[in-house]
Amino acid sequence: MPLSMTLTLNGAARDVVLDDPRVTLLDLLRERLDLTGTKKGCDRGQCGACTVLVNGRRVNSCLTLAATLDGAEVTTIEGLGTAAALHPVQAAFIEHDGFQCGYCTPGQIMSAAGLISEGLDAEDPERIREGMSGNICRCGAYHGITLAVQEAARRMAADGQEDAA
Amino acid sequence: MPDTLAQPMRFGSSSGQPVTRRDGIAKVTGDADYAADHSPSGMLHAVYAPAAIARGRVTAMNTVAAEAHPGVVRVITPANRPALQGDPADKSVMFTFRIEVLQDDTVRYAGQPVALVLAETLEAATEGARLLDPQYAVEVPRVTLADAESEPVAGQGFGQPADTTHGDVDAGHAAAARSVDVTYTTAAQYHNAMEPHAIVAQWEGDHLSLDVPTQAFALSCAGYARYFGIPAENVTIRCPYLGGGFGSKAIPAGPLVLAVLAARDVGRPVKLALTRKQMFGPVGHRGATEQRLRIGADGEGRLSVIDHDNVAETSTFDDFVEPAANASQGLYAAGALRSRHRAVRLDVGTPGPMRAPGEASGSAALECAMDELAEASGIDPLEFRLRNYAETEPGTGRPYSSKALRDCYLQGAERFGWSGRPSAPGTMRDASGLLTGWGMGTALFPAPMFAAQARATLKADGTALVETSAADMGQGAWTALAQIAADSLGLPLDAVEFRAGHSSLPDGGVAGGSGHTATAGGALHAAGLDVVRQLGEIAAADPESPLHGAGNAQFVARDGRLFVEGDEGRSDALADILVRAGGAPLTGTGRGARAPEAAAAHAMYSHGAVFAEVKVDPDLGQIRVSRLVGAFAAGRIINPKLAESQLFGGMIWGVSFALHEEAKFDRRTGRIMNADFAGYHVPVNADVPGLEVIMVHEDDPHVNPLGVKGVGEIGIVGTVGAIGNAIRHATGRRVRRFPIRIEGMLG
Amino acid sequence: MKSFDFVQPRTVAEALAAWGPGAVWLGGGTSLIDLMKLGVAQPDVVIDLGRVAGMRSVDVQGDGAVRIGALVSNADLTRDAAFAARFPMVAEALLSGASGQLRNAATVAGNLMQHTRCAYFQDAGAACNRRDPGAGCDAQGGVGGGVAVLGASPACIAVNPSDFCVPLAALDAVVEVQGPEGGREIAMADFHLLPGDTPDRVTALAPGELIVALRLPAGADGFAGHSRYLKVRDRTSFAFATASAAAGLRMEHGRIAEARLALGAVAAKPWRVAEAEAVLIGQTPDADLFDRAATIAMAGAEPGDDLAWKIDLARKTAVRALCLAAAGTPARMPALPASVFAEPAGEKVHA
Repeated sequence: MPLSMTLTLNGAARDVVLDDPRVTLLDLLRERLDLTGTKKGCDRGQCGACTVLVNGRRVNSCLTLAATLDGAEVTTIEGLGTAAALHPVQAAFIEHDGFQCGYCTPGQIMSAAGLISEGLDAEDPERIREGMSGNICRCGAYHGITLAVQEAARRMAADGQEDAA
Repeated sequence: MPDTLAQPMRFGSSSGQPVTRRDGIAKVTGDADYAADHSPSGMLHAVYAPAAIARGRVTAMNTVAAEAHPGVVRVITPANRPALQGDPADKSVMFTFRIEVLQDDTVRYAGQPVALVLAETLEAATEGARLLDPQYAVEVPRVTLADAESEPVAGQGFGQPADTTHGDVDAGHAAAARSVDVTYTTAAQYHNAMEPHAIVAQWEGDHLSLDVPTQAFALSCAGYARYFGIPAENVTIRCPYLGGGFGSKAIPAGPLVLAVLAARDVGRPVKLALTRKQMFGPVGHRGATEQRLRIGADGEGRLSVIDHDNVAETSTFDDFVEPAANASQGLYAAGALRSRHRAVRLDVGTPGPMRAPGEASGSAALECAMDELAEASGIDPLEFRLRNYAETEPGTGRPYSSKALRDCYLQGAERFGWSGRPSAPGTMRDASGLLTGWGMGTALFPAPMFAAQARATLKADGTALVETSAADMGQGAWTALAQIAADSLGLPLDAVEFRAGHSSLPDGGVAGGSGHTATAGGALHAAGLDVVRQLGEIAAADPESPLHGAGNAQFVARDGRLFVEGDEGRSDALADILVRAGGAPLTGTGRGARAPEAAAAHAMYSHGAVFAEVKVDPDLGQIRVSRLVGAFAAGRIINPKLAESQLFGGMIWGVSFALHEEAKFDRRTGRIMNADFAGYHVPVNADVPGLEVIMVHEDDPHVNPLGVKGVGEIGIVGTVGAIGNAIRHATGRRVRRFPIRIEGMLG
Repeated sequence: MKSFDFVQPRTVAEALAAWGPGAVWLGGGTSLIDLMKLGVAQPDVVIDLGRVAGMRSVDVQGDGAVRIGALVSNADLTRDAAFAARFPMVAEALLSGASGQLRNAATVAGNLMQHTRCAYFQDAGAACNRRDPGAGCDAQGGVGGGVAVLGASPACIAVNPSDFCVPLAALDAVVEVQGPEGGREIAMADFHLLPGDTPDRVTALAPGELIVALRLPAGADGFAGHSRYLKVRDRTSFAFATASAAAGLRMEHGRIAEARLALGAVAAKPWRVAEAEAVLIGQTPDADLFDRAATIAMAGAEPGDDLAWKIDLARKTAVRALCLAAAGTPARMPALPASVFAEPAGEKVHA
């Protein structure tokens, strides 16, 4: 029996009719909703390439059944920033060359955005490395990733203070 | 003008600049499209069933159950597989391996496709493949080097012949005052690019259109064309981005060919993406090696002999052998050199080139053996290498095209603080009480060129379009090649539109061997110079041009203007010349390749020195590489930001090789039991806390007109040995088996 | 993945009513969905607990016990500052497990219910008594050091992969369950079962029983000042333990008044030995003393084919965890939780 559900997907309400409860959030995004920025690297929660935010928190979309998400807010890389108005994490990844092939990058960026919202101590690169260790980068861009997350966290903290002031 | 002639060294306004990636915004916003991101209308999903045994035959499959699963459209097995026009064993296209495409019911390795299921959804295709539940007639598999006798190699990895000898090896052994005879083993490793191999195939008549990652457009087109009996020009490949290749995505692999076959059979587009587990089998790997090194030195610590025997795996149906012993032949000034390779045929997928093939495995063994001999000789490891510094290529005596290795040693050692290293192992502890060790290794990697073509078109508005089918797998082709093109045309980078990643463009050659920037860049450079030359002819013939009459002169373009070389007083704007000539775009073409005589005249390598600090828990044996300093000389660096990233990446692969990567085969079934990212470890972010790269200046007037070598692979080389040596220095333990893990530190 | 029916009950009662043979409970899904993809779990009905109310809070009870709702995420529990302060080794163990993404999705009950990562259990083509009773155990004579050295049986040598369960066992946590027959409590020590002849029975839960909460009993926070989890692994992060240990000491006047020690990754359940703790009582902390305790804890360990190193490692891991606990709980969670590479502890909690 098809499941009808409503998601808030990248800020917009979206009705989804799910014909098969086996569909994961990752495959829903990629194969049915044409949001292919989120990548499949292992499909088992072991690489982080599929990371998205669900209700503001980073999760592996490959291990999330879409059917469980009625009413949830989902943010993917397509909803984080735009080419014209990059999110600070996106901008910092470019600046610090925090990627090479780019395939793990959407997941890295969503993971970093989630990590920063968890109240990351941006002054401690070791905490960033630990916090980003659920995202494998086979190209080995970790040096730039760590610098990018550090800078984005600082920038966002500063912006937050300005906003509060 | 042939690009093989030496051009004046010219560092244009773009080359040498740390430009951020031009594809950066596409990659951080999710806009960059990879093969599996495509879903043409009417598309079916394909999933193949992998063999669960390594050797034997498939005796039955439950095709009825698979076909009955809702959504399944077709099940293809050897019994009903549509005909393939080409021979799966055909190897006429360069770098091709024999492929398994359901040509029979024989199982040659675990993970080999034994059937393909097409369905309306990915979920249905996946479950359909599972329901096939193949039954087998099993034979005893051979999956480790101990499982079969070695034999002479039938083919080899790319490079030198299987066996080479320079000088009198017996005399070298006899002359040694000190020697070591040690055997190192390295594990089977799988590329595991983050993007699993994937393809979206569409047929229109006898024209084939593909979204598929490829490191070599023209070769891939030729390969698919051959399998399907169509002209290569009927094959279109789109691949603006690869999610990593590392040597595994150069040519069509069996599962991808199957998807194309299925698409033709059902008359609908078909998408197939490998699962992570399926990445351990049909798409190549770095074969396990067992390397015996017998090296000796005289009383002064000068090498009399490097005698390197390598036994490596290959498959039962093809011949690639990891050319590990080659790595010891071009580096140190030994009196005599010998490399020998033997193969062991195993029931595994055919190994193939994986980032620094030969060099990574060979250097791991060589650099550790060098330290063993240095220690036996009572000489500091760095000093030992300096004493054996080769001023010309060992064996051949050819001059190096350039070699700033000494600077790499010195700058790297200085940055690392090597001079403070106590010689005795097991004597350094940090504030936490962790054993601390310092080790080093030399890096060497050839600087090859393949062949590429490019086209440059200057427009009357002062912008240019440059084109080549270059592949960007993360090395930064979108950026670095555009920088080269901009300089060749004398234009600012912003004025140059760079098109790549499509097979309809001029053949960009192979993104591999660390030779893509040199080769495709060489083609772009030549194409730009061709435009400049033509423009010079137009200007010289144009009475209104300040360059009128300069017909015999050499022209150079800079800052959007054309100059007569050596005469700064005469110039004309590029756009103005074209406008006056009617405004039609002006197109030039170029080729990147190295002439055979140039290749023979010099030994051409990138060099480096890697220094490693490791921490080892004295009781619990856990290892962490706390610091890596790599100093590399690789000719002209087009983009230091991207080159640094490449070198970091290579060094992290070195950490991975030294401490992590190992496919674990169950010898009873032949299956790899850790074929996932939880079991087959590669480093995570927390594994690489301290990385530094020094790019040592090096001018190379011989390697190619741009002076470019390559940085894609050399970062691994030297790093593995440096880590092994640092572990020895930290703990006093010499581990001769890679990867080195906790259990090796205990007992 | 096999097709299944999907139901979303709103209450525990509805959930229990929805259960039948072939049904599974779905919490965060990080373990179950993976096993379903592998074909290891093939449920007919998936009962999503995500809509069930009342299982997402952490409450301090009248007697000081702390009750953790079954659906509290692993991450939320670590972010509960009051909880982490009272039970630091639980927080440290949670933070050393999996990844940030997985901890956000995974629930505490799901953590208890996760299956072994034994490669032969996960490989549907291999013989596994745990998955398929009577099929045999291909892990024996297979590859990989991730097998049990304590409490194994000829039928199964798998280990429990959880970090979280190790300090829970050390602290005498209690599992609250509801089932068709009503509610009951299961002591953590009895929750996971050793394989014996029935390795397919992994926990003490009866069919149709559902975990509704975990409880840390009153007094379990008495170890907060001297409490550590240590996890040795083949990567600096995002790896299962090769060996781990949770150690807690309650100190009085420089002497050990009460001690807790549990080992992970050595058996099908967290390994806790009363005699090992008893030997510490009344003593002043000392590496030799801790070595004696750890040796007792590992008594009876079987090295199997080639696992003498693992026994040695587990013992030394226990010793180190006790030494770290004796030195005092760090005031702040280390940047690398439970790691041997955590910076040397600075400021300490003084409970």
